[in-house]
Amino acid sequence: MTLLAFDWIFLIEKLVLIVIIISVSLVIAMYETYAERKVAAWIQDRVGPDRAGPWGILQPLADGGKLFFKEEIIPNSSNKFLFVLGPCLAMLTAMMTCAVVPWSSKLELFGRSIDMQIADINIGILYVFGVVSMGVYGIMIGGWASNNKFSLMAALRGASQVISYELAMGLSLIALLMLTGSLSLKTIVEQQQAGLWNIAYQPLGFLLFFVCALAECNRAPFDLPEAESELNMGYHQEYSSMKLGFYLFSEYINMFISSAIMATLFFGGYDVPFLDESKLAVNVAAIVGLVALMLKIFFFIFLFMWVRWTLPRFRYDQLMRVGWKNMIPLALANMIITAAVVLLIKK
Amino acid sequence: MGTAQILFWSLTALALISAIMVLVSKNPVYSVLWLIVVFFAISGHYILLNAQFLAIVNLIVYAGAIMVLFLFVIMLMNLNTETEPQKSIWMKFFGVVAGGLLLSFFISFVISSADLKGKSAQLKEGEIGLIKTLGKALFNDYVIPFEIASILFLSAMVGAVVIGKKD
Repeated sequence: MTLLAFDWIFLIEKLVLIVIIISVSLVIAMYETYAERKVAAWIQDRVGPDRAGPWGILQPLADGGKLFFKEEIIPNSSNKFLFVLGPCLAMLTAMMTCAVVPWSSKLELFGRSIDMQIADINIGILYVFGVVSMGVYGIMIGGWASNNKFSLMAALRGASQVISYELAMGLSLIALLMLTGSLSLKTIVEQQQAGLWNIAYQPLGFLLFFVCALAECNRAPFDLPEAESELNMGYHQEYSSMKLGFYLFSEYINMFISSAIMATLFFGGYDVPFLDESKLAVNVAAIVGLVALMLKIFFFIFLFMWVRWTLPRFRYDQLMRVGWKNMIPLALANMIITAAVVLLIKK
Repeated sequence: MGTAQILFWSLTALALISAIMVLVSKNPVYSVLWLIVVFFAISGHYILLNAQFLAIVNLIVYAGAIMVLFLFVIMLMNLNTETEPQKSIWMKFFGVVAGGLLLSFFISFVISSADLKGKSAQLKEGEIGLIKTLGKALFNDYVIPFEIASILFLSAMVGAVVIGKKD
């Protein structure tokens, strides 16, 4: 039988990697909720959660347990199937992005050299982009299926916001891709290991990308899809129990993944500054790289929270104006200038 | 059958079944969602042909942007079976006949095409859909049609803005 002839050990290796990466991102998302409350408390000069466990570190478990045991309500007038599909899609698309992030350099275990990346495809960034553009379906389907005017309004806002900021994000990425000449995230990290980090060449590009990432994750100051002061609770108003938990959770996973993407694209990925990784043993280099990437990611997650608890929310027309009239022209100018400089240097 | 054939036939079945579901679904929102499944299946076919760039662009542009706008409009109009005008059974019957004739015309056209005689799709080793090949072809051989197409899009956008303006 050569029906399905391929390397089974390779398949098992990838499956194990997928399970590890997904559980790690879930645990990190759990502790992001805790970190969010602690950071908010710190910024507002409060104590924050400190009851469950030492320094309150068991708080996420308590929150999760509470969400699981809450009564599950599906509104009678809602579309039942789509109502359940909404949070599933939000979670799925949040998880799928981590497939192309290179978490570290190669690891040598049991005589095999294992890539710390689920798939090194040559369209890495575009894959991330594609999955992000799917992410809006979770919000739209959930908001529509709830059969509630506030939810629908929030879903429409969410969709137009994500589409508008995707454009500026794509344009800011094109400038970066002109420099790297490759769409594979692994190649981009390796180039940065050899030379300077991309932030040195693309400071404006990074700024634009960061603002767009805030908008794509529906984070403050762009959290209009869940603006509680005008839309009650936004697109997940009718949701309760763990389905609500899925929506909230997917936001934190998105934050984790977009921090990972930013660290990879602009801040060298798993590269440690001023250290020649090739001199270290293979496994040591991999672990050091992983720790470096995680530290960068945690910094960006902190930045997300810092922004949320510092800036007030935009008004909706301001949001659209910033997206279309400020971000896109800036990104276009950045792209043209980069293109001109690349052309001059190559000649 | 190798892995590629199994994938090809299951993707084809998925594409055809969901395309039929687009037409059969009573609720327009379901139709849009099935159409998204069709785009996914077609992107799967592109990946089988090693055209990864085309596959992902198909997803970003069609499934990610255009279908969101479709869904947007349908949700705002809140169409459903009660308010939608129902066509008579004869209209549906002749619609199926006309569509079938068009399909058989296209199929006969493709089968009799001289370029395609004795050729099969390049699985895995084809390079035509990779971003490098595609970029070189677009900006060297087809640069004028490409630029004209982009001007066409620009004029469409300007036209939409002019029509959409209040005063």
